[in-house]
Amino acid sequence: MKYMMLLVDEANAWEKLPEAQRNEVYSRTGQWWGELSQKGKIVEGHQLQPTHTATTVKHNGGSVVVTDGPFSESKETVGGYGILSVANLDEAIAIAKSWPGGGTVEIRPVVERGGM
Amino acid sequence: MAAALTKVFREEAGRLTAALVRFLGDFDLGEELVQEAVIEALEHWPAEGVPDKPGAWLLTTARRKALDRLRRKAKYQEKLSLLVGSQMAEIHGGGDDRLQLIFTCCHPALAREAQVALTLRAVMGLTTPEIASAFLTTETTMAQRIVRAKRKIVEAGIPYRIPDAAEMADRLGEVLAVLYLTFNEGYLASSGAAPQRRELAEDALWLTNLLVRLMPDEPEAIGLLALMRLHLARAQTRFNANGRLVLLKDQDRSRWDHAAIKEAADMTERVTWFRRAGPYQIQAAIAACHAEATSWEVTDWPQIYFLYNSLQRFWPTSVVRLNRAIAMQHVVGPAPALEEVDALEGELRNYHLFYATRAQLLRALGRNQDARTADARALALATNPAERALIEQRLGDL
Repeated sequence: MKYMMLLVDEANAWEKLPEAQRNEVYSRTGQWWGELSQKGKIVEGHQLQPTHTATTVKHNGGSVVVTDGPFSESKETVGGYGILSVANLDEAIAIAKSWPGGGTVEIRPVVERGGM
Repeated sequence: MAAALTKVFREEAGRLTAALVRFLGDFDLGEELVQEAVIEALEHWPAEGVPDKPGAWLLTTARRKALDRLRRKAKYQEKLSLLVGSQMAEIHGGGDDRLQLIFTCCHPALAREAQVALTLRAVMGLTTPEIASAFLTTETTMAQRIVRAKRKIVEAGIPYRIPDAAEMADRLGEVLAVLYLTFNEGYLASSGAAPQRRELAEDALWLTNLLVRLMPDEPEAIGLLALMRLHLARAQTRFNANGRLVLLKDQDRSRWDHAAIKEAADMTERVTWFRRAGPYQIQAAIAACHAEATSWEVTDWPQIYFLYNSLQRFWPTSVVRLNRAIAMQHVVGPAPALEEVDALEGELRNYHLFYATRAQLLRALGRNQDARTADARALALATNPAERALIEQRLGDL
């Protein structure tokens, strides 16, 4: 099954870390990501740029409004995502548990349709 | 007959379901076949008597049900064909798969209420109407809850498999919470007017007993078992002849089951040897303090206060703080306890026991008018008929 793994954390938490610590987090998560990609467990995914780079496009009936910033004002934001290809939820949970970046990980099955 | 049937179902239905789930690798199917066999047993056994080998009877019936389906549904063909093969005779009576089944039902990705319903259905062999009546909800609601849980199982890809040892250790907390909730629903929230809820408490006790037998080195499971036994040992005195709730303070302690208390208190003591403290062991120790005291007055309140402080480290909830404040009253007096209780108003303003506790402390301080106001608030929020009667009585006495 395929799952979307949403990596959620306090907005830009890593940006606020001192450089040495930040590099340490990057190297740990980078290694983790690399290993799982090699095994084919993570089939794609990215870290996202900080929230100040976000733009929100909101459809409201007939009109469309474009604004600066993320769609939600919540303290926690999505900092990255990965698509997992695993046998079942237990395997996805095991991967999410081993994520070395801290914060919250939401796992949701992806709708898989032929031709999409 | 009813008691004999219950005993047979407890022993046999869960065991058979667990074996079928393992054998078929399909939770739904195994569970449904056993349910159907249990329903058939309920139709036959009361009139014809319990067969000599009830497990074998259920297995044969489940197998026949499987055959019926096999004829009807091609998609089950492969799995069901396993059932009619010769190996099937061996699965029953061998090992005990019920423990794993409990852990499968208590998957952390399922909502607590779904975990409870699945466990009672699959391991205890209770039918959906029975579970609904135990939780004072409608059959439709309970059926929807089970359907939703099963949909999540399929759509989120929760595997129908037996967790390995490490996962079982991780999931023990979920299992204990399910058992504790089931017990409380039957015992603490029971009104005394609905006997089937006492049965639910006993079902939870039975399952916990089984858990401890199958996992003898888990101190928290032992702690929960001791806690349940300590509560049940005092169950006789919780309601008076008129069905009115009697507070611990006013209960006739000579009618408690002192042998059971001694046994459970010893268990609580022994479990500390593991040196792995936890919330259920601490609550058992608190219950043991109450159960072993010869009166409310000579209760070891400093020890209980100390235990609540420890419990708070594991469960930092407002309800634990409220209970701690009651012990505090007996150690340092009602004024600081009231201060502690008042600090909880924000979080507990819709909880009737918050106001009932406050009323009791105000009364101890001689502030009778304020106590009445608090009791009136408690009465407005209480739903349990026995609790309501008790508060009404107190309002009348003042």
